[in-house]
Amino acid sequence: MLPVAVIAGTILLNACKSGNPNDKKGNDTTGTIATPGTNAGLKLPEGFSAAAIAEKLGGAREIAVTPQNNIYVKLNTVKDGKTVLYLTQDGDKATIKTSFGDYKGTGAYVKNGYLYASSDEEVFRYKLNDKNEVINPNQPEKIVTGLLSRNEHEAKAITLDNDGNLYVNIGAYSNACQVDDRKKGSPGQKGCPILDSAGGIWQFKADKLNQHYGDGIRYATGLRNVVGMDWNQQNNQLFVMQHGRDQLHDLFPEYFTTKQSADLPAECMYAIKKGDNAGWPYMYYDWQQNKKMLMPEYGGDGKKEGGETAINPAAAYPGHLAPNGLLFYTGSQFPEKYKNGAFIAFHGSWNRAPEPQAGYFVVFQPFKDGKPNGDYEVFADNFAGSAEKAAKGSAEHRPCGLAQGPDGSLYVTDDSQGTIYKITYK
Amino acid sequence: MDLKKALILTFIGLVSGTTLQAQTTKHKAAKKTNTVALKTSMDAGSKVFMEYCVTCHQADGMGVPNMNPPLAKTTYVTGDKTRLIKIVLNGFNDDVDINGERYSNTMASHDFLKDDEIADVLTYVRNSFGNKASAITPAQVKAIRAAK
Repeated sequence: MLPVAVIAGTILLNACKSGNPNDKKGNDTTGTIATPGTNAGLKLPEGFSAAAIAEKLGGAREIAVTPQNNIYVKLNTVKDGKTVLYLTQDGDKATIKTSFGDYKGTGAYVKNGYLYASSDEEVFRYKLNDKNEVINPNQPEKIVTGLLSRNEHEAKAITLDNDGNLYVNIGAYSNACQVDDRKKGSPGQKGCPILDSAGGIWQFKADKLNQHYGDGIRYATGLRNVVGMDWNQQNNQLFVMQHGRDQLHDLFPEYFTTKQSADLPAECMYAIKKGDNAGWPYMYYDWQQNKKMLMPEYGGDGKKEGGETAINPAAAYPGHLAPNGLLFYTGSQFPEKYKNGAFIAFHGSWNRAPEPQAGYFVVFQPFKDGKPNGDYEVFADNFAGSAEKAAKGSAEHRPCGLAQGPDGSLYVTDDSQGTIYKITYK
Repeated sequence: MDLKKALILTFIGLVSGTTLQAQTTKHKAAKKTNTVALKTSMDAGSKVFMEYCVTCHQADGMGVPNMNPPLAKTTYVTGDKTRLIKIVLNGFNDDVDINGERYSNTMASHDFLKDDEIADVLTYVRNSFGNKASAITPAQVKAIRAAK
């Protein structure tokens, strides 16, 4: 069963699994909207509050909060010549203590006495002291090097498991593996060669220096691009969020209307096992029909099914919302229903044009026994600033990275203006 | 200079034989016809834009941060016509800095569009989103396509 729900408000997307387009179970934020001007402009469920603890940091991507309640943020822009920020907190304010690194990028993760951080081609780590402060910010160890970064899906998101392994997303430098990328009429490449070196998750050793492709394992393939990923501690398993393909209507107007192209394909959550294939570029997932469909570049027409050897998603969400952050909540601060469920930061769409854009929110996906259970709900909304700005795609803030603090607070970065939000309960 | 030439070219295409006479004797009428020609091209260009360009560059021409460049207020659009026509014909795959922001997404070649479609859509983007620049003619597109 795939939990797919309704987002009510400026956009109304049909629920699919239930088959009932009026099913609004998933939307429990109605009636609990905060007064504008409070909660740093966010709309949250009853009992939650938010504060903008830091602002104007630049392109704040992934975030890690240490047991001492201090913060590392990775920037994909340069701030005062640096790209990794270390902040300490005092009340509702976080202040930059130090900054280091001269490489733009996305990944930041703290585990086992190290800060891991990524550029678009490499992964570094910094030894931490017993207060989880970086000991030598100017001499990181290079863990992985030489990863492909070719103008599309460059971000190297990272996460670690409990057995000394590092997982790195290497996004496909392509939309649908056409001979000519994004060109109308250009067919899909046979035996898509991109998959040899991208379009999947690679596993490396977390403590071995200067690893290249050959030192790693292609842990999962057929994933077009992943930014949000997290290690699920209940299952001891990797979960990832895929960004689905773009431009079904632009490239195949004979099969897809602009409306269908805005809603399809799904943004999918996958529970990954070693060796899995999620099917890109040969198939896409249709969340309205709950079916794996043959990609039109490979003979599909919006009706033919495909992806026989591809795994099914654990959950599916409407098209182009761009899931950039995934976090399994293991804290005790939030109400019980949130425990072991997933927060997903949807960066917001652009590929829904000329239909209204959507996303720019953090969603909560309930879980039970390590599996998605029930409809998702919009948890933190209005990063865009208003419904009009969201629809136009001119969002003020775009949620990107997620982290959990030692007290169970939820942290959300915004890579548009560089705000860090801290969300707390009661 | 460019504007005048382009408008005259369009004008010639439109009213053929009577052009010279109209141009010399009735300047106002010529101007009016030129305005009509521009509008015709803009309308046709708007349709091409909505079919092939809007997804990436957005209805307001503002593009998408970090990915798809804006078409508003950039000399890539309002400046050198040859460079602009070549972007449509050849695509554009380099990271580009526009007004202090970097854009990285792939733009495919749109050489499958006809000369008049490219002329119309470029005339449209050069005169939309707050832009004001001379029209582009099918002949100009044809010449650059041939020289490719």
